[in-house]
Amino acid sequence: MSLRIVVTVKYVPDATGDRHFADDLTVDRDDVDGLLSELDEYAVEQALQIADEADDAEITVLTVGPEDAKDALRKALSMGADKAVHVEDDDLHGSDIIGTSLVLAKAIEKAGYDLVISGMASTDGTAGVIPALLAERLGVPQVTLLSEVKVEDGVVTGRRDGDSASEQLEASLPAVVSVTDQSGEARYPSFKGIMAAKKKPVESWDLSDLDLEADQVGLEGAFTTVDSATERPARTAGTIVKDEGEGGKQLAEFLAGQKFI
Amino acid sequence: MAEVLVYVDHVDGAVRKPTLELLTLARRIGEPVALALGNGAAETAAVLAEHGAVKVLTADAPEFADYLVVPKVDALQAAYTAVSPAAVLVPSSAEGKEIAARLAVRIKSGIITDAVDLEAGDEGPVATQAAFAASYSTKSRITTGTPVITVKPNSAAVEAAPAAGTVEALSVSFSEQATGTKVVARTPREATGRPELTEAAIVVSGGRGVNGAENFHIIEALADSLGAAVGASRAAVDAGWYPHSNQVGQTGKSVSPQLYIASGISGAIQHRAGMQTSKTIVAINKDAEAPIFDLVDYGVVGDLFDVVPALTEEVKTRKG
Ligand SMILES: Cc1cc2nc3c(=O)[nH]c(=O)nc-3n(C[C@H](O)[C@H](O)[C@H](O)COP(=O)(O)OP(=O)(O)OC[C@H]3O[C@@H](n4cnc5c(N)ncnc54)[C@H](O)[C@@H]3O)c2cc1C
Ligand SMILES: Cc1cc2nc3c(=O)[nH]c(=O)nc-3n(C[C@H](O)[C@H](O)[C@H](O)COP(=O)(O)OP(=O)(O)OC[C@H]3O[C@@H](n4cnc5c(N)ncnc54)[C@H](O)[C@@H]3O)c2cc1C
Repeated sequence: MSLRIVVTVKYVPDATGDRHFADDLTVDRDDVDGLLSELDEYAVEQALQIADEADDAEITVLTVGPEDAKDALRKALSMGADKAVHVEDDDLHGSDIIGTSLVLAKAIEKAGYDLVISGMASTDGTAGVIPALLAERLGVPQVTLLSEVKVEDGVVTGRRDGDSASEQLEASLPAVVSVTDQSGEARYPSFKGIMAAKKKPVESWDLSDLDLEADQVGLEGAFTTVDSATERPARTAGTIVKDEGEGGKQLAEFLAGQKFI
Repeated sequence: MAEVLVYVDHVDGAVRKPTLELLTLARRIGEPVALALGNGAAETAAVLAEHGAVKVLTADAPEFADYLVVPKVDALQAAYTAVSPAAVLVPSSAEGKEIAARLAVRIKSGIITDAVDLEAGDEGPVATQAAFAASYSTKSRITTGTPVITVKPNSAAVEAAPAAGTVEALSVSFSEQATGTKVVARTPREATGRPELTEAAIVVSGGRGVNGAENFHIIEALADSLGAAVGASRAAVDAGWYPHSNQVGQTGKSVSPQLYIASGISGAIQHRAGMQTSKTIVAINKDAEAPIFDLVDYGVVGDLFDVVPALTEEVKTRKG
């Protein structure tokens, strides 16, 4: 029996660029190049490894985002995913966590799944809650924040390294998994992979395909609102000294002056 | 006065500091009612009362320890129904955020994660968030439903404010999903005797420049002289020099101490994302061009193998 894996991947502004908010206080996507959120590469990687171990598996990568988000899908396809779904609709602009999780859950149901794999967090919103919300909305177990994951005989097992303990988890499929950047380096797309990706199918769905109304998503449907976004003033230049034998002492002097010693 | 439901993070009855900060913030918007779950829940009451909890709801059942997250969501929802609060506040741990988010969907409310400050506003609580590796500060509100907000550690100074702290047992019936994800085994993290990284007033971190697990004792010695927690960059963690639980940054812990000392760390954006809100930042790096120096209040351009031990000695001498 075939194992249907859906990997959720987000298209985000490059963190090493100069990220800004636009006038409507959503993320400015014109100013900075976008890419596949690096933490979702780990999700694609684990999907590929799980598919390798399965007799028969199919990996669909899914994104909700603007037109350029196709780039994120292409990257995932070139790593080895089989097909892609792009949920794209002007009314999605400005969706919050509640709205995004609703659209993703609808799309996952429509695509059909046994296993959903997400990243631990996006690199822009960084909430780290979408996977748990997908489990809530789909009514299936959440097996999240795994640094090790395995799927065998319809059961997913994994290790979750928490604040106070490391836990070994187990759940039956269907389930939603999220993986951390400790789960294993993501592979680079090969030249062959990049060429093959160009031929792989990318479906586009809009809100009507998902039986959703405009007022359930986007800025209009958001349950939260951003009132202001202010750039932090640049830190005032600190004192920098060169160590010529006295660096440790000088630093101690500074710390004492600040009452840390 | 409106009641504010506060989810308590505790280990066997020992309340963690971020919860006390939450109680302080909760008092700005109403009267805190605390919810403590699991082993030792009732033992949290005294300290919660000291910090303003008018009521402490408690529940214990094997489900809280044996299954992941959902039993706690069921309990939080039961508390929500019992209290009808004006807002729900949860500490921004990985688990706390998941619990809060699932509650928000169930009660058809918006959620704000990782707030670093909270005030009362005309249209409900206003949360401050640090965005894009803390290069932006945003103010947001929840416009639909009962505000559910998760708050990062070190977002407020803990203030005592004695209140009744009446203990009440909460009855919880578990949902069908509650037993979906089994916790098959649990290995507690070994205690180091040092302060908890996210809660520490001082954090001393080492990076690739520390150049080997065997050299991390230099960083630890400085930390111990200052009573600090030890942090590490991802480069140091990936090299296996220090445990991942000590990683500071986007995919590690985010810290906001009074003092952060970075040694042999270049200051990549993902590292900055986890420490940029520290009050005072100090760096030791042999490369004068390292980006970390853009952030510092005080920087020493030099070899950490000279500067750090010298600093440790000096701290010890001064502390006598
Ligand atoms: C700085 C900032 C702060 C924000 N704060 C809030 C807030 O407090 N409350 C709120 O309601 N909204 C908030 N938002 C909006 C929120 O980030 C978006 O709705 C977002 O699409 C979902 O949250 P996330 O990016 O934090 O995802 P996370 O929960 O961090 O993402 C985890 C995983 O979910 C999957 N995923 C997430 N988004 C998508 C997508 N669009 N397509 C495919 N897969 C996806 C990926 O696998 C990802 O690795 C914020 C946005 C920004 C930029
Ligand atoms: C999605 C993603 C998430 C990430 N998450 C994190 C995260 O959570 N935390 C994190 O830290 N990184 C994270 N990273 C990695 C990050 O991009 C950097 O690679 C990492 O922070 C570099 O660590 P470093 O500063 O220790 O090493 P380097 O960048 O190699 O810097 C080492 C520094 O040490 C200095 N040095 C060397 N020898 C000495 C000496 N003897 N004395 C003094 N100075 C010396 C050098 O001049 C240099 O500046 C993430 C990356 C990605 C893509």
